[in-house]
Amino acid sequence: MVSDYAWLVPVLPATSALLIMAIGRQLPKKGAEIGIVAITAALLLSGAIAVEVFGANVDAAAEAHHGEEGDHGEEEADDHAAAGVQVASLGGDAGLLAAAPGEEPKGENHAFVNEKSVVLTPLGEGYEMEAGIRIDGLTAMMFLLVTFVSLMVQVYSTGYMHGDPRFTYFFTLLSIFTASMLTLVIANNMMMVLVGWELVGVCSFLLIGFWWEGKQNSSAAIKAFLTTRFGDVGLMIGVITLWSMFRTFNIGEILASVEAGTMAGGAELNTGMLTFGLLALFLGAVGKSAQFPLHTWLPDAMAGPTPVSALIHAATMVTAGIFLVARLYPAYQESPVALAVIAVVGTITLFMAGLLALVQDDLKKVLAYSTVSQLGYMVAALAFSYTAGIFHLFTHGFFKALLFLGAGSVIHAVHSNNMSDMGGLKRYMPITFWTFMIGSLALMAIPPLAGFWSKDEVLAGALSAGGYTGYLLAILGALGGLVTAFYMTRVLWLVFAGPFRGHGTPHESGPAMAAPLAILAVPAALIGFINLPFDRFHSSGFAAWTMFDTRYFEGHPAIFNFPLALTASALAIVGLVVGTLLYRRIPEREPMLRMGLFSKVLVNRYYLDHLYTDAITRTAIRDKLGPAMYWVNDRIIDRIVYGAGAFAGRLGRVTYKHFDQRAIDGALNGMAGGAGFMGREIFRKFQSGNVQLYAGGMFLGVFILAVVFATAG
Amino acid sequence: MIQATYPLIFAALLFCVGVYGVLSRRNAVLVLMSVEMMLASVTINLVTFGEIARTADALLTGQVFALFVIAVGAAEVGVGLAIILLLYRNRASVNIDEADLMKY
Repeated sequence: MVSDYAWLVPVLPATSALLIMAIGRQLPKKGAEIGIVAITAALLLSGAIAVEVFGANVDAAAEAHHGEEGDHGEEEADDHAAAGVQVASLGGDAGLLAAAPGEEPKGENHAFVNEKSVVLTPLGEGYEMEAGIRIDGLTAMMFLLVTFVSLMVQVYSTGYMHGDPRFTYFFTLLSIFTASMLTLVIANNMMMVLVGWELVGVCSFLLIGFWWEGKQNSSAAIKAFLTTRFGDVGLMIGVITLWSMFRTFNIGEILASVEAGTMAGGAELNTGMLTFGLLALFLGAVGKSAQFPLHTWLPDAMAGPTPVSALIHAATMVTAGIFLVARLYPAYQESPVALAVIAVVGTITLFMAGLLALVQDDLKKVLAYSTVSQLGYMVAALAFSYTAGIFHLFTHGFFKALLFLGAGSVIHAVHSNNMSDMGGLKRYMPITFWTFMIGSLALMAIPPLAGFWSKDEVLAGALSAGGYTGYLLAILGALGGLVTAFYMTRVLWLVFAGPFRGHGTPHESGPAMAAPLAILAVPAALIGFINLPFDRFHSSGFAAWTMFDTRYFEGHPAIFNFPLALTASALAIVGLVVGTLLYRRIPEREPMLRMGLFSKVLVNRYYLDHLYTDAITRTAIRDKLGPAMYWVNDRIIDRIVYGAGAFAGRLGRVTYKHFDQRAIDGALNGMAGGAGFMGREIFRKFQSGNVQLYAGGMFLGVFILAVVFATAG
Repeated sequence: MIQATYPLIFAALLFCVGVYGVLSRRNAVLVLMSVEMMLASVTINLVTFGEIARTADALLTGQVFALFVIAVGAAEVGVGLAIILLLYRNRASVNIDEADLMKY
């Protein structure tokens, strides 16, 4: 099976990072070629894995579907096993396969899993630390997305970063970044997830602060790092909680235990504890995937080079949180509380961030807030439908990469991030314009582009699930679509229409940058068709491809809610039309800034940054907690420390005076004095220099020895 | 065995005289002579014990050994006289009490 070699996928970019570091500078392309070759190989391998997983899972889905409709006799059950479906589950998930085929068809899970691991070190008590791969639909999907976007970004960067003094270093980081994300994706145990997760965090820190000479850039990097670290504490608590419950880091074993309703040692599953652990893990996802209230780092992360933004937003960084929830989805299913929290957090994020995008002048920040918003869709969708969440992740990866690279192309041409310095670029940059247009329409969810299908899946999933959270997501999600359409229309008019407001003459980017745009435009437009919601077993391969469980797949049939799709599309078109009316002629004053309190709140980003820096960091921590801690420190801890110090000093002096000076020194001086006295007064006499005295001594000695030997013998 | 007693006693007496001479004389030449006396007594002892321990395999061991000792003794006297000569040249005296440089 190709997936046996899946470990090569993260290893390839990791190796290329080392090679670039070692010999990149000497090469004609300064190391870029190594990165591109390695990631292309990884992409091809990912494609092969995707095909294998797709084949196995589609067969399994069809079989399971078939088996449920027809009478599930012995014969058919044998067919299941013979059809190669079981082969797909080699090496892992003994728990999931526990139900014998045929006996209980509902209990079967034929979803493709290929798990392999090597033991790194025993942890004692029979537990082991392992490193391993877990290839299933989710991994295959992430592989394809990450390697593809990374390839596009690397090709693009050869143009965008051309002439940068740290060009080689940049490509090293891109490779490590990609390798880290792939490690996180391939991991078969929580420790490896944690390792990949932190590596991704470090790489994003280095890349956001790539131009660290600017104070703003380095503080953005530090902010991103610290904010995500805050979430990482939750992740770590979650991993430890799961370990304490199941005594394993292995994801397959954890999921099997959850499904079986048992904990380590066969105890009954503690649902409260599971919820706690999953919520702690979700806190990690909130940090990494920039969910409310930890989203504030993502817009600042725009300080990094634009290809990095594309990589972070589409593939390698912010998707990690979504991936984590999706990876443990069978466990999340067991905890309605955790799912409700996820739904609420995601919904708040998607709507709030969408509004924030309205007032930004910085092109990249508009896109950044739109990413936060779309991530909100994904997170919220996961609460209702696994497929919808990761499908949106998949399509969003393509069109958001396209949009960021397009924005980079624009920024490269006009040397400014601000839309007030752009305008009229359609004339100068046709390729960028048309591809950006496609990306924008996909993001606005205009049918039949990619974003439409995935967002529709999200909304339909939420609506059919119902409940407060479901309706909340459906309504705010549809309204969010209006907001999205509006701000993207605003961007399109401000950037590409009207007269050019910047300096100099912009020109279209070179082929290294234009080619990735053109290539990315294809999936941005068409990728939605891989999961058409009409006939699951013939056209909607995505759901089958990425399923973790045939039963889940069966239980969540495709829904196409025509009125909902129509409403959502209509709202998006309303947004488009309103945006066009407002921005067709470049307004004198930005209308978004003329709406009183509304604008003021948005411009100040809901005062969240003020809350964090002013209220929490400055007022609460610096002015109140700080002095309080100082008082405690000064009056109590210092007193104790000083007291201990003074006591130790006194003890030292007493010891010095009585013990050291008298006893030890006395003994030493006495010995030395004694030896000196002996030498000076006694032994000196023998060293007279008189040969005859020496000879006499010698004869006396011989005589004594002779007497001794004579008497003793 | 009776015959062996006399040479042994003689050698012991000769040795004691030598020791006395070494310890009591002030003249370096006489000290050297006393040393030679002790050496001679040892040579006598070698011959005597050689006779006592004589076997068919080793007929003349003691005598041969004595010849070696005499030869080495001659060499030793040469060295000793050379030392005394140098002592005299440096100090115009062969009084051994005055040659006490080797002290603390």
